[in-house]
Amino acid sequence: MSINYRGYEPVIGIEVHVQLKTKTKIFCSDATNFNAGDNENTSPISVGMPGTLPVINKKAIEYAIKTGLALDCKIQKKSVFSRKNYFYPDLPKGYQISQYDLPICENGNIKFFVDGVEKQVSITRAHLEEDAGKSIHTGEFTFLNYNRAGIPLLEIVSGPDIRSAREAAEYGRTIRQIVRYLDVCDGNLEEGSLRCDCNVSVRKVGAEKLGTKVELKNINSFRFVEKAIDYEIDRQIDQLESGKTISQETRLYDPDKNRTFTMRTKENAEDYRYFPDPDLLPLVLSADDIERIRKTLPELPIKKTERFQKSLGLSKQDADMLTSEKELAEFFELTGQSCGNYKASANWVMVELLRELNNEKIEIKDSPITATHLAQLISLIDGGKISGKIAKTVFAEMWKSKNSPQSIIEKQGLGQVSDAGALEKVIESVLSENPSQVAEYRSGKTKVFGFFVGAVMKASKGQANPDMVNGILKKKLDQG
Amino acid sequence: MDLLKASFVEVADAVKSKKISAVEVTQFFLSRIEKLNPQLNAFITVSEKAIADAQEVDLKISKSDCIGPLAGIPFGIKDMLCTKGLRTTAGSKMLENFIPPYDATVVARLKSAGAIILGKLNQDEFAMGSSNETSYFGNCLNPWNTEYVPGGSSGGSAAAQAARMVMGTIGTDTGGSIRQPSSFCGIVGIKPTYGRVSRYGIVAFASSLDQAGPMVTSVQDAALTLESICGHDSMDSTTSQKAVPSFSKNLNSNIKGMKIGLLKEYSLGKIHPDVEQTYQKALEQLKLLGAEFVEISVGLTEFAVPMYYLISASEASSNLARYDGVKYGFRAQFNDLSSMTLDDFYAETRGQGFGTEVKRRIMLGTHCLSSGYYDAYYNKAGQVRRMLRDQYAQAFEQCDAIISPVTTSAAFKIKERSSDPLTMYMNDIFTTSANLAGLAGMSVPFGFSSLGLPIGIHLVGSHFDEQKILNIGAALESVSGTREKTPHVY
Repeated sequence: MSINYRGYEPVIGIEVHVQLKTKTKIFCSDATNFNAGDNENTSPISVGMPGTLPVINKKAIEYAIKTGLALDCKIQKKSVFSRKNYFYPDLPKGYQISQYDLPICENGNIKFFVDGVEKQVSITRAHLEEDAGKSIHTGEFTFLNYNRAGIPLLEIVSGPDIRSAREAAEYGRTIRQIVRYLDVCDGNLEEGSLRCDCNVSVRKVGAEKLGTKVELKNINSFRFVEKAIDYEIDRQIDQLESGKTISQETRLYDPDKNRTFTMRTKENAEDYRYFPDPDLLPLVLSADDIERIRKTLPELPIKKTERFQKSLGLSKQDADMLTSEKELAEFFELTGQSCGNYKASANWVMVELLRELNNEKIEIKDSPITATHLAQLISLIDGGKISGKIAKTVFAEMWKSKNSPQSIIEKQGLGQVSDAGALEKVIESVLSENPSQVAEYRSGKTKVFGFFVGAVMKASKGQANPDMVNGILKKKLDQG
Repeated sequence: MDLLKASFVEVADAVKSKKISAVEVTQFFLSRIEKLNPQLNAFITVSEKAIADAQEVDLKISKSDCIGPLAGIPFGIKDMLCTKGLRTTAGSKMLENFIPPYDATVVARLKSAGAIILGKLNQDEFAMGSSNETSYFGNCLNPWNTEYVPGGSSGGSAAAQAARMVMGTIGTDTGGSIRQPSSFCGIVGIKPTYGRVSRYGIVAFASSLDQAGPMVTSVQDAALTLESICGHDSMDSTTSQKAVPSFSKNLNSNIKGMKIGLLKEYSLGKIHPDVEQTYQKALEQLKLLGAEFVEISVGLTEFAVPMYYLISASEASSNLARYDGVKYGFRAQFNDLSSMTLDDFYAETRGQGFGTEVKRRIMLGTHCLSSGYYDAYYNKAGQVRRMLRDQYAQAFEQCDAIISPVTTSAAFKIKERSSDPLTMYMNDIFTTSANLAGLAGMSVPFGFSSLGLPIGIHLVGSHFDEQKILNIGAALESVSGTREKTPHVY
């Protein structure tokens, strides 16, 4: 889908920094928890004391490979950690260890849908690196917190294939969805465990030469990614239309004002003096290593969505929603498998369960209602044991008490009454209490039948089996 | 027991069998330090915990706890190696007050072998120098003649060892920093194969070249110390998984039939006649002991020194970036903080904290790594380095070890070369190749110059083949007669 930007075409590439959720840092055994006290997660190694050395965290490599495979990348048998040299107080060693000319993953691509249209974006590379610490500037002082220094990052670099702000946001969401499916990153943008830098340029539609790019940094939601890029595209077109040029620079997005502003210009571009880190051997992987990890890959969202549509008969929209998170998809699938009714499972999960989860801000993995219990509830409806209406009451009780639907029904006497004798008794008393309506019916005004159904249901507190009520009522009224 | 003459094995046995206590041995050497250090300036810091550490060793022995082969042996440690709770300066103002909260793996292994750490030894600043003259803590002097340098960068180790201020020392060697001072001071020094000894906790100079090793009196002591500190370390990815042989038990001075390579490119160095004479004498003796000689060629020796300076300075420029005054170490003071920029902070801190030689090499290395120069310098040096390695591999197909002088001359006078860094750099011509190719190298004392200064012989062994050069070293030692002489300051 092409969007008309006043005769210009935006060219966008995105770098996503994925914080890998290893228990320890990439080159030492410091913990990585977000809520630690200031500088609690540090050691001589992470603050770069003399003589300390990095040792690679195997889990970080495994997560990088996993992500690379999910992005259809070629996993390199040999990759190299280099040093990126620059001075900044939150960079303890005066260099960042990062993969440079030989990254672990190269040449991948991902597919996703933007407003129903399939979009493919190439992945140039994904490389491992360590995060820096955090500088907190307050007035005349700067405080330094090195808890984050050395946390493993996988930087995923897309090709310049993105053509609209909307595509950019969807690309980001898809990356987030994938790394969450893989369980290698919690995808929390506010805490910075996923960070997006967007390179944006514009050119006249049909032009081959790329325009000067501007880097937008540290945008902490995909909604803002879309807004920031839209603003930036407009700004650049305005510049060009008024005869000015674009200067290569890094800009920040201010969500309150919905505009971008200059952070630093690239005029004095830094020379990072990259060279291979002599403290680390090249990372050598065997085909077996890679295959072993490939076997642990879960079904990815795009495949799952496809299968939910084809094999389970869900609509594209429902399948998209149910596969948005792996845990949700698994919950749905387990529910469907247990009760055999995928359509009903989809409805219950999407309508009732998600509403409650969203209201109370609970994640699916902490849902008080288990997939097994929800499946039981659906089976009870399907087996005619309770009506749909009663089921909602039972559901509410299940949410509150975490009990099984069966036990709730028994305890509260909510089971559907399908005992013909019992129903006849209730119906007879309704008929005898409403002689005038009976007469009306028998005089041919059969419309009044609905009134009797309602009265019987009310008298049975909704538990009467509606099919049986219909049958018995008709028989009794017609008999008279 | 004559503690000045006794070997590690003899003293450790005496300590273990309680003929002498570790405390007594420690006190003996502490008093020598007290007496001799004012003359030599070999120690930067003397440990206040040494006696307590020795008491602990004695306690272990009295409780019959497991104790290592270096029980009660007092060691001095080059100030490049971090020592927990004991100031570690790297010979620099930058780390004048740095007290590490951790031990270097080498230090931890020495301690667990029962050694007592007496203190930290003088050196060139960040190991950059061949004369100990770049130390922030003043020049260490050569005990054979205090007008001469002890060599460098491990000058303090060599001087302290030669003057018997300790029983053993540890040095580090990036381009010859163990072997050259060992030669200048008449002791045995070995630089192990790269990857043999953990670099964890050793202040990094040039990571792909640095190795630590023993600087001691005898080849046997060297073998025993070496086997105590070698071996894989999970804290250093570049250490080898190779098993460590018992060098001391395997030590064998019978070298009959051994093939010793004579380096054809030996003539590249402008060798002083005294050194030439000692070298020829060593070859004669080895022949008498049954060694065979083969001429071998390592053509790239010609480029060893420039290659070494390119690579070591480049790595150093990055390794020393952490000394920025932010987290630890020296920080420049500013009268007016409000006008101070971050660049000022760095420039003043590093400008005042580092000495001239260190700054020279940081600038050289920064330049070599800069975009536009990287390929011509660092990258090219790396390529030639791999070729040098291959040439050595071919040479070792024809011989068991390679022999040469350690340096072109005996020790030089203080200040004689300090204004001429290039001549000083050329001093390293025979030693740097071993670091570049990752080979084991060793200096064994074999004679004296006409001025009475020691001269050593350089042996280079194949990767992880320290045993052969130790054996040849033991053979040379058995016929050198150098042990009878003691230095002027003793």
